[in-house]
Amino acid sequence: MKTKDLGTTAPNTWCPGCGNFAILNAIKPVLADLDEEGLVAIENVVLVSGIGCHGKIADYVKANSFYAIHGRTIPVATGIKLANPDLNVICFAGDGDAYAEGLDHLIFAAKRNIDITTIIHDNRVYGLTTGQYTPTSPSGFLGRSTPAGLEVPPINPLEIVFASGGSFVARGYSHGIELLKDIFREAILHRGFSFVDVLQVCATFFNLYDYYNERVYTLEEHDPRDRDRAEEKMREWDYNSDGPIPLGIFYREDASTFGDNFMKYNSKITDLEGRIRGALEGFL
Amino acid sequence: MDEFSVLVGGRAGDGITEAGMIIARLYNQLGYCLYQYLDYPSLIRGGHNFAIVRASDKKIGSHRDRVDFLLALNQETIDRHEWRLKESSIVIYDSDEVKSQVDRGIGLPLKTMAKEAGAPAIARNSGLIGAFSGAAGIEEGVVEDVLRKAIPKSIDENLEVARRGREEIDGEEGLKVERRSYPCCPVITGNEIIGLGLLRGGLDAYVAYPMTPSSGILHFLAGVADDFSVKVVHPENEIAVILMAQGFAYAGKRAALGTSGGGFCLMTEGMSLAGMAEMPLVVVVSMRAGPSTGVPTYTAQSDLHFVMNAGQGEFPRLVIAPGDLEQAFCWSATSMGLAWKYQIPVILLSDKTLSESAYSFNLAEARDIPEIGPVHWDGEGEYRRYARTDDGISPLAFPPMKGAVTKANGYAHLESGITTEDAHEIRAVQEKSLQKEKGLKKELEALPAVRTYGDEYGSVALLCWGSNKPVCAEVGERLGLRVVQPVVMNPFPIAQFKEALEGVERKISVETNSTGQLARLVRCIGFKVDDQILKYDARPFSVEDLEERLIEVTR
Repeated sequence: MKTKDLGTTAPNTWCPGCGNFAILNAIKPVLADLDEEGLVAIENVVLVSGIGCHGKIADYVKANSFYAIHGRTIPVATGIKLANPDLNVICFAGDGDAYAEGLDHLIFAAKRNIDITTIIHDNRVYGLTTGQYTPTSPSGFLGRSTPAGLEVPPINPLEIVFASGGSFVARGYSHGIELLKDIFREAILHRGFSFVDVLQVCATFFNLYDYYNERVYTLEEHDPRDRDRAEEKMREWDYNSDGPIPLGIFYREDASTFGDNFMKYNSKITDLEGRIRGALEGFL
Repeated sequence: MDEFSVLVGGRAGDGITEAGMIIARLYNQLGYCLYQYLDYPSLIRGGHNFAIVRASDKKIGSHRDRVDFLLALNQETIDRHEWRLKESSIVIYDSDEVKSQVDRGIGLPLKTMAKEAGAPAIARNSGLIGAFSGAAGIEEGVVEDVLRKAIPKSIDENLEVARRGREEIDGEEGLKVERRSYPCCPVITGNEIIGLGLLRGGLDAYVAYPMTPSSGILHFLAGVADDFSVKVVHPENEIAVILMAQGFAYAGKRAALGTSGGGFCLMTEGMSLAGMAEMPLVVVVSMRAGPSTGVPTYTAQSDLHFVMNAGQGEFPRLVIAPGDLEQAFCWSATSMGLAWKYQIPVILLSDKTLSESAYSFNLAEARDIPEIGPVHWDGEGEYRRYARTDDGISPLAFPPMKGAVTKANGYAHLESGITTEDAHEIRAVQEKSLQKEKGLKKELEALPAVRTYGDEYGSVALLCWGSNKPVCAEVGERLGLRVVQPVVMNPFPIAQFKEALEGVERKISVETNSTGQLARLVRCIGFKVDDQILKYDARPFSVEDLEERLIEVTR
């Protein structure tokens, strides 16, 4: 499997300079390599996307996919994983998708530590609906629904996922594809709920390339198994005030995952009618 | 006597449901058909709970207002239900709790008896049942067998309380029960039968968020998950429920989900996704009285038009409303087959009455389940999830498949599953959906989508749907009326309905709602209902209720 084999005939409609290209161009070689190395067969991969510019990624990768609805990638992905634990399920969701419309699902997926990967295209603005604030937009943000400036500060999604029990927490940036590829690869291979917030720049409505370029740095000498240190690093930047923005894998741990105890229910039973009669006898 | 009604009442937490079920099983052992109506408020301890158990030598599925036995664990039960007594009725009560003078009453110090036997307070029921069985002339051996099976803890102490209760009644005149020949059937709730029907339909996974009156399905299936190799998941909310179920469906596993009106409101975006992405699902909606929180533990048939129209856009919405347990079993299984053949969400519409009442279930009458299954991809050429075929049905294939990809999509899509906004393609997507609905309608023509009871040549017809079927069938039979029950509500089985009404001069609809939703539905296809009997106090029709209302409209 080569990267070029993962292309489709769908015309790409993202704006020039869109950060989504970086995510697409990072995930394809990662999937191709994992298949080539025999680690994750491409036919076992299922991509689930939500609604927003990011969602189109489902059309752009020649792999199994479920192009779902706004905010609902995670429950779909959870169902797929529970149905067939052999599948490797990767969610692509936007920040409006995962942090506004579907925040409950994100928290529960982390709590369950379901063995799926969630990659957030966090451009901190609603692009497809032409420029409103999202849960990660900075305070004062001038959006079309907040022309006087956003009154409230953003949430820090890394802290939310960490506090909820996610066992893999990372941040990437759409400028710097090699780091993105490394993170995606580790996230996919991690057993448990893997969460990657990608600072994905919307070139049209909220161009933060210069802002990020001045502030990002890659975590080095960081032990992602150190909970306290991981939390400290997550708090170094709050998505609002100025400060250095760490990138990389903040936290990872080995933990049991939801659905492990479902494995035994995978067999088809014989003599269904007999079992039904047996169950009915209990009600005589 | 051909039939008996027994009311047992007390506070929530007193074990009223279980006491009612034990009484039902006693009659069941003696050759009677059973029905148990359960009435309880939305609280955990206290309040007033009661069950009415009715036993008849004919098939029944509804309760009577008047009772032959009133079994009271507290004063409130006497006060609330005295009006139900007949000249011949017998009242048995806990004299430790009931202090008023009770006509025709036999007071037993049940609390004291339980204490003396070293049994927990809940064993008051055993004393009550012991006394009742004496008054009803039910053999002690039968009582012991039933109690042993029903009571998991302190059985010897309970048997002692039952024996003492029976002693107290010795020598009293009673309403002695004679053995009859109705087949001994399981006495089981609608929710449990829906669960078994879904299993019969090949259920792999059941996903639900608790909501009365549908939770019984969740509890039942969770309890038998091991035996039937089925996954039962309780997610964070109803939105997750219907999306998770679609994840199962995408991966080739047969999923069903259950809720009530409020939860279904949250699921409507998921319904629409299932329509566009063509995800097979069985969605059980058990109605309760609304709007909003309404009356959570009581009944209504007020969501028919809601479920028939749930979700944006146009797609086939199959709605099936079984009226008794045999129909519930067959159609739960059949709905799974239809969902997978046509790749659509199917709504199985129940209500509190059907879901939570217990009925005698005769498996022999529920064997007629058609073999309807999915169309699978033959593996030839490139796989296209939404391949456009003559009948609109695209062959199914599930990952992992080497060399093939399955792309599901909630956007308008090409055959490959890739998004499109092209006018010609969008039209083709919509026509595919219409094509499927056409095939579905044809398939339904061969299934018993409309049922007839009572006098099949009667010129006056009762029109009913869902849980009102048994009470209408019983009353219709007695009064010489034709009873017509559409089971499939959407797409409406027009031809079968017309045929069922041939020769009818007057139509009277019977519904537990305030606007006549079935009457409105049939009016749309040109059938005028002459009279409507509507009940919207969140309680089901009793036999007497319906008879009196019929006299009013036919006078």
